Amino acid sequence: MRIPDTILQIDRRIIFLLIGAAVCIPLLLKPRFQDSPTPIVQSIFDTVERLPAGSRVFLSFDYGPDTAPELDPMAKALVRHTMTRGHEVSFFTLFPEGVGQIKKITDNLLPVEFPDKAYGRDYVNLGYKAGLGGAINTMVVNFRTLVNADAEGTPLDDLPITADVDEMVDYVIILSLTAGDPGLKEWIQFAGDIAGIPVMGGGTAVVAPELYPYYPQQLVGLMGGLKGASEYESALVDRYPAYRNATMEATMRMGPQVVTHVLIVLLVLLGNLAYFLGRSGPGNRAGRTGQGNRAG
Amino acid sequence: MDVTLMLWIDAALTLMILSFLYRDNPFYKFAEHLFVGVSAAYLMAVGFWDHLVPNLLGKLFPSLMSGVVPGAVGRSPDYYYLIPAIFGLLLLTRLIDRWAWLSRWALAFIVGGAAGFNLPRFLDSDFIIQVQSTMIPLVVLDASGNLLWGASFSHVVLVLGVICGLVYFFFSVEHKGVLGHVSRAGIWVLMVTFGAAFGYTVMARISLLTGRMEALGAWLGSIF
Repeated sequence: MRIPDTILQIDRRIIFLLIGAAVCIPLLLKPRFQDSPTPIVQSIFDTVERLPAGSRVFLSFDYGPDTAPELDPMAKALVRHTMTRGHEVSFFTLFPEGVGQIKKITDNLLPVEFPDKAYGRDYVNLGYKAGLGGAINTMVVNFRTLVNADAEGTPLDDLPITADVDEMVDYVIILSLTAGDPGLKEWIQFAGDIAGIPVMGGGTAVVAPELYPYYPQQLVGLMGGLKGASEYESALVDRYPAYRNATMEATMRMGPQVVTHVLIVLLVLLGNLAYFLGRSGPGNRAGRTGQGNRAG
Repeated sequence: MDVTLMLWIDAALTLMILSFLYRDNPFYKFAEHLFVGVSAAYLMAVGFWDHLVPNLLGKLFPSLMSGVVPGAVGRSPDYYYLIPAIFGLLLLTRLIDRWAWLSRWALAFIVGGAAGFNLPRFLDSDFIIQVQSTMIPLVVLDASGNLLWGASFSHVVLVLGVICGLVYFFFSVEHKGVLGHVSRAGIWVLMVTFGAAFGYTVMARISLLTGRMEALGAWLGSIF
């Protein structure tokens, strides 16, 4: 068998192994690929940074554990940033599975890294609300109709952080971490465009291309996938160097990303080279007439 | 639950799913069925406690639900909620062949209500404001009147890309001559868009794989 044919008929399990190695080796060696924030990510950072301390921030965790490797680093970076700036954060989710993601932050990150921050005074968990875009619409029209207690059932009036929250516009910004529908798109449609509350946040790499058209008029900023998270971490570390070791989760995961992408590009080039060499080879009539394309 | 036990369950299920990369096998099937079952049960429980209880039962029987629905104490029953309750029950008539046609009333309400609810928002956010966002100056100057090359180039690419993409989907006139060339450029714009989306998808999948590999690493770390 000729070399081009061998390459084109390579067992897909070999490619799986190569991808696995491309992910595992950088995880072991821990190379750092420091990102610099692009304007679309920097604008989120700048907005959070410029808000006066004590501003009310609405942070919606619209994702579940299946997309946590991409969105957890964004969540942690945003929580660290908002808490460092002294903002009052209301956690919320439109995803049933988002409840667990919020608890990871409120039970693990906040008590350890911000022991001086108190539940009900500096942050609150408003929990999950059903209704997709309709839930957002209801909150914009009459916030207390849908949200009248926190996730544990404590009335909002009994919590200092929410006692005087009567409307959605009492929040100065809406941040959403999005894995699909409902998510940032619905926050733009039903809250940002109607109530004029600045909307920004992050999305998995799969949903990010759908969200870019909203920037900059309807979306203040967007973190697209792990790269976006890594850029936000860089912006955070540039401003607050104390976080250099704490917030490098996405940056560390960019190592496997870089190596795997290089590998995939090489495989695509190799596959195309083999295909064209095979087509132009002697005696390959089928290839010359375009019938020799062996997909896969 | 014990953290070590969780790590073992996590690692075992991950390995079972990854075993499909070699070939289909009973371990993969077990993990797949377990995932479907657990997801269905979780969503069913959430559907009952987070949808039905606060949004329907809590409104109709507030005193009965006061222990589980915040704010229900002292509230009087809201009998308007009998209407959605009846519509909800009508949906269940699909299970009985003779009465299945009744479910169409509820479905018609859902389709009509959702369309009416979403149409104005999509029209505003995804059409009118998007058109506005495309109406941008092709030549961008700074406050001193100097040309900003990067921003201007960006705007030109955006406007031309939108026009070419729209022309490609304009089928009322045959794509020949100038229109043919613009349409062909539209295909290139679409290809670049699909390529970017595919690149992003690759990044997403590698991120998930990295997460699984880290979980396996944590499991191995707990052993050795």
